[in-house]
Amino acid sequence: MVQRELVVTTRAGIHTRPAATIVNVANRFESDLFFERGTIRINGKSIMGIITLGATYQTVLTMMCEGKDEEELADAIEALFLNRFEEEGS
Amino acid sequence: MAEFTVFDLLDLDIKKRSHLRLRCVAGRSGLSRAITTSKISRPGLPLTGFFEEFRAQAVQIFGRGEQAYIRMLEKADKMDNVERLFSHPIPACIFTDRGEPSRRIIELAESSSVPLLVSELPSGDFSRILYQSLDGIFSPTRTIHGVLVEVYGIGVLIIGDSGVGKSETALELIERGHRIVSDDTVRLRNVGDTFLIGTGENPALAHHMEIRGLGIINLANLYGVGAIRERKQIQLVVQLEDWDATKEYDRIGTEMTTDYLGISIPLVIIPVKPGRNIPIIIETAARNERLKKLGYHSAREFNRDVKTLLESESARKIYYDAEEEF
Repeated sequence: MVQRELVVTTRAGIHTRPAATIVNVANRFESDLFFERGTIRINGKSIMGIITLGATYQTVLTMMCEGKDEEELADAIEALFLNRFEEEGS
Repeated sequence: MAEFTVFDLLDLDIKKRSHLRLRCVAGRSGLSRAITTSKISRPGLPLTGFFEEFRAQAVQIFGRGEQAYIRMLEKADKMDNVERLFSHPIPACIFTDRGEPSRRIIELAESSSVPLLVSELPSGDFSRILYQSLDGIFSPTRTIHGVLVEVYGIGVLIIGDSGVGKSETALELIERGHRIVSDDTVRLRNVGDTFLIGTGENPALAHHMEIRGLGIINLANLYGVGAIRERKQIQLVVQLEDWDATKEYDRIGTEMTTDYLGISIPLVIIPVKPGRNIPIIIETAARNERLKKLGYHSAREFNRDVKTLLESESARKIYYDAEEEF
């Protein structure tokens, strides 16, 4: 399992569009993705789940990836957070 | 869980009928003290000077008896035990029954920064409500991925991998007149090791659903208040999984259970494949579960009938075989 801490760097926080982007990217991988914030732990491949986190500017989330391509998935999601949820090439 | 402080206790938003009606009269500087246990303490014995087994970390409740005893101590000017009690790191002292703490008690609370609260409720009612509220706050919780619906009064938790069709199944169930508690994330709470209560993770976002191809829809608006619920006890877990031709599925109603937060819940595994009407299967499972609760176990009764039939058949056979010998 890969576990990393991610910080939300967009002022608007994770609203619907970034949530959808995360899910779209995550669904390209086989591994499971989870996010944790405090006592909340949700499935990272679910838009409603990610929105439920209520992640605002500077919120720290714990990301957990588990599966065959967990490293690649973790890298891809981390890149999304660093790119302010802009998909590369779009 | 984040710390639960005395301030949160004052702020506790519970239904009118069971409101604690608390008011802080002294020791405001201690309002940030954390309450760490769901236990409460009636400090009758400590007031008499017996401090063994004293629950200092619990909220202290002074009912009529304790208040009268303090008045007596105050008259006799023997406040040592009261002072000793306040010297413990107690989270809060509560005077029930419209109790009015004396000047001396207020000063004591101020100097030791112990929040002094009063409530107009009788101590019995107050303790009961406080126990219930604290139990709810300190009970173990867990958030899981799934959909919680109420089908024929049975709380059905639908679980399964992403994309197996949980939300679509729930949508069909709502369409058929059942109710939704939460889609996608369900917060489970163990209540008194007996019940498993499920709610949405975030009340502000509950009753929304994401359907592939449609986006996010608001179920309360689309189907009305009759189609939603805030919370529901979980009585059945339905696990949806892709049909696997190599796997053997239950054909005769064997009883399976699954475990959440130490509470065992009946489990049904339903293989999904095109052409199978999952909502109707779930409805049937819920009806079956209700029957079981009423004392009728379909699979077991059927088996008993089969056995009776076999017995009577074999009895007849013995009888006829015996006849042929003549």
